[in-house]
Amino acid sequence: MTRIVTQHFGNDQAKQLAVYEQLGGYAALRKAVSLTPQQIIDEVIASNLTGRGGAGFPAGKKWSFIPKDAETVYLVVNADEGEPGTFKDRWLMYWDPHRLIEGACIAAYAIRAHRFFIYIRGELVRELRVLEQAVAEAYARGYLGPSMAGSGWAMDAVVHRGAGAYICGEETSLLNSLEGKRGYPRLKPPYPALRGLFDQPTVVNNVETLMNVPTILERGGHWFADLGVPGDGGTRAVALSGHVKSPGIHEVPVGTSLRSIIFEQGGGMREAAKPLKAVIPGGSSMPILSAAEIDVPYAFQAMLKSEQIREVEQAPGVKFRWGAGGTLRSMPGSGAVTVIEEGTCMVALCARIMRFYAHESCGQCTPCREGSGWLAQVCTRLARGAGRRGDVDLLQRVAGQIGGNTICALGDAVTWPMLAFLTKFRGEFEAKEAGAAP
Amino acid sequence: MALSFSPQAHERIARLLPQYPTRMAACLPVLWVAQEEFGWLSAEAMRLVAATLELPESHVYSVVTFYTMYRRHPVGTYHIQVCTNVACMLRDAYQVLSRFERALELKPGETTPDGTFTLSEVECLAACGTAPCVQINDRYHEPVRPEEVEALVTRLRLEAPALRAARPVAPAAGPIVTAQPVPAADRAATAQGLPAVERD
Repeated sequence: MTRIVTQHFGNDQAKQLAVYEQLGGYAALRKAVSLTPQQIIDEVIASNLTGRGGAGFPAGKKWSFIPKDAETVYLVVNADEGEPGTFKDRWLMYWDPHRLIEGACIAAYAIRAHRFFIYIRGELVRELRVLEQAVAEAYARGYLGPSMAGSGWAMDAVVHRGAGAYICGEETSLLNSLEGKRGYPRLKPPYPALRGLFDQPTVVNNVETLMNVPTILERGGHWFADLGVPGDGGTRAVALSGHVKSPGIHEVPVGTSLRSIIFEQGGGMREAAKPLKAVIPGGSSMPILSAAEIDVPYAFQAMLKSEQIREVEQAPGVKFRWGAGGTLRSMPGSGAVTVIEEGTCMVALCARIMRFYAHESCGQCTPCREGSGWLAQVCTRLARGAGRRGDVDLLQRVAGQIGGNTICALGDAVTWPMLAFLTKFRGEFEAKEAGAAP
Repeated sequence: MALSFSPQAHERIARLLPQYPTRMAACLPVLWVAQEEFGWLSAEAMRLVAATLELPESHVYSVVTFYTMYRRHPVGTYHIQVCTNVACMLRDAYQVLSRFERALELKPGETTPDGTFTLSEVECLAACGTAPCVQINDRYHEPVRPEEVEALVTRLRLEAPALRAARPVAPAAGPIVTAQPVPAADRAATAQGLPAVERD
C-alpha cells in the first residue's frame, strides 16, 4: 500500500537532515524552485489534495486565492492538533519533521511568501524540540535562509508554541493567537487569503496537508489524484483509537471503506465478546455513526451523501439543515476514527464530549458559550441518573440553536454531535430520563 | 523585590523579537520564557513581560488568562495531568484519575502540602492511539494503566528531591515551587492588585 506521509514511521534516523536527504528528501524543493509559483499551484490543484485538518477544503484552490500583487504574504502551518481523537500530526512531526519543512517551503514559495510560522500545540514539547532541531538543520544546509535551496528566494521559518487552547486550531483564532492576543476567532469574511496574519494575505494549512506536497511535486498531481476518489486525492493518515485491537496511525487511500479501516487496518474489536456499537468518524465534533453505517468510503463527499448514513435530525422525523440548507450525515473531518464497543453508555460519552466543548468555547458568542454549558450540564446529570423530565427535549432544543449562529465552527462542533447522538441513540437518553425523579 | 530576567532569558528574548513584525506577537513566546524562568506567572512576572514588550499590563493579563498552560499559581515538582477525554475515557482514564486521587490524596486542581505533586484533569492531549495518556511535567506517559499508578507515584516520590535539586533557580525569582496550597497563591495575587482567578 502506498505510504506518503507515514513512510518514515519507525525510522528513528529519518528526522536527521542527512538521512532524510539520502532517502530522497528535499529533491522536491529543489525541483520546486525551478518551477514558477503558478506551475506548483496548478500541480497541487490537479492532485485534488484537500485540507487534512478537518474541513477538507481543496489546498491548491486555497493557495490560488492569494492576490498575485500582494507584497507581504504569510504561510502558517496549523500544528495545533486538538480535536479529540486526533493525534496524527503529533506522530507525523515526530517521525518526519523535514517532510513538513520541505512541504511548507514549497507551499510558501507557491504563494510568494518569505516566511512561514509553524504554530505547534503547547503540550507537544517533544515534537517542538524535534521541529526546532530540524529547522536549525535546514538553515545550516541552506534550505532555509537568504537563498532557499540556492534559488535566491529568501525563506524564514519560525516555530511558535501555543499555550493550551483548543480554539486556536480554528484558523482565524490561530492568527490572533500568533499575533500575541487571546485566541478569539474572527468574523469571515474577510478570509485570511485577503486579510490574515498581521492583516496580510495568509494561507493556513494543516501539517499533514503540507507533508503531501513534496510527493505531489515528485510523482505528479495526477498520480496523487488517482490514489483517491474524484475530487479528493491521495491518502489519509487515519488516527484510530478507542476499543480497537490496533490503535495508531494507519495511512490508507482516500475512499477506503470505514469498515476496512476498523476491521483490517485496526484488527477489529479489542474484545471478541463486545461487538461494535458506534464510531466517531472524524474527531469528536463529527456526527457519530452506528455500527450499521460503516460501509462507506472514507472521503468527504461520500460520507456527506451516502444513504448508508442516516441524516442527522433536529427532532424525531425532522431533518437538521445546515449551511446552504442541505442535510447532514457525517464527514471524515480530521481523520480521527474512534471505535466504541457494545456496553458503552452513550449518554456518558456524549456528556464528556459536551463538557469538552463547554470548556473550550472561547466565550465570544452567546449561543456557543451558554449553549455548550447547558448541554454539558444536562447531559451530565442525565448520565448520572439525576436528570429531569423533559431533559431530552431540552437537549434537542438547545443544540438546535447553536450551530450556524456563531462566529466560528465551534458552535457546529457542539450542535452536530449532540443532535447525532440523539438521532441515533435517543432511546438511551430517554431511558435515563425515564429513570429520573419527576 | 521587582523581578528581572536572567541574562540567558534576555538573550532568548532578543532572538525572538526579530522573528515577528510586531512586539505584541512575541507575547506568547516571552510568557513561555517567563514561566520557564520563574516557574509560574505571578502578577509581577506578568508586569515584567508587559514592560519588556511595551504592552499594557491588561493585555498581558488577558492573554495569560486565556490559555490553560500559563500558570497563575505555583505547581508541584510534578504536575500530573490526566487526560479523560473520549479516547482515554474509553480506555479507563477515569480509573487512572481516581487511582492518582487515592495515591496522592488529592482532588484535581490541588497540590500536596509538601509541594511535590499537583494533580489535574485535562482535555485531549493528542495521544488517543496510546490511551490513556498522562502528562507529567513536559513528558507524556502513554499508556498508563490504572494498576500502574501506585508504582509510578512511588517512583516519582523517590526521584523528587533529585529533580528539585537539578532545577535551575533564577536569581530574584521568588519561590519557584512553594509548599503552600494553591488558594494561598490566589490570595497573593489579590494582594498584588489583581483579581483572584478561578483555577482551570
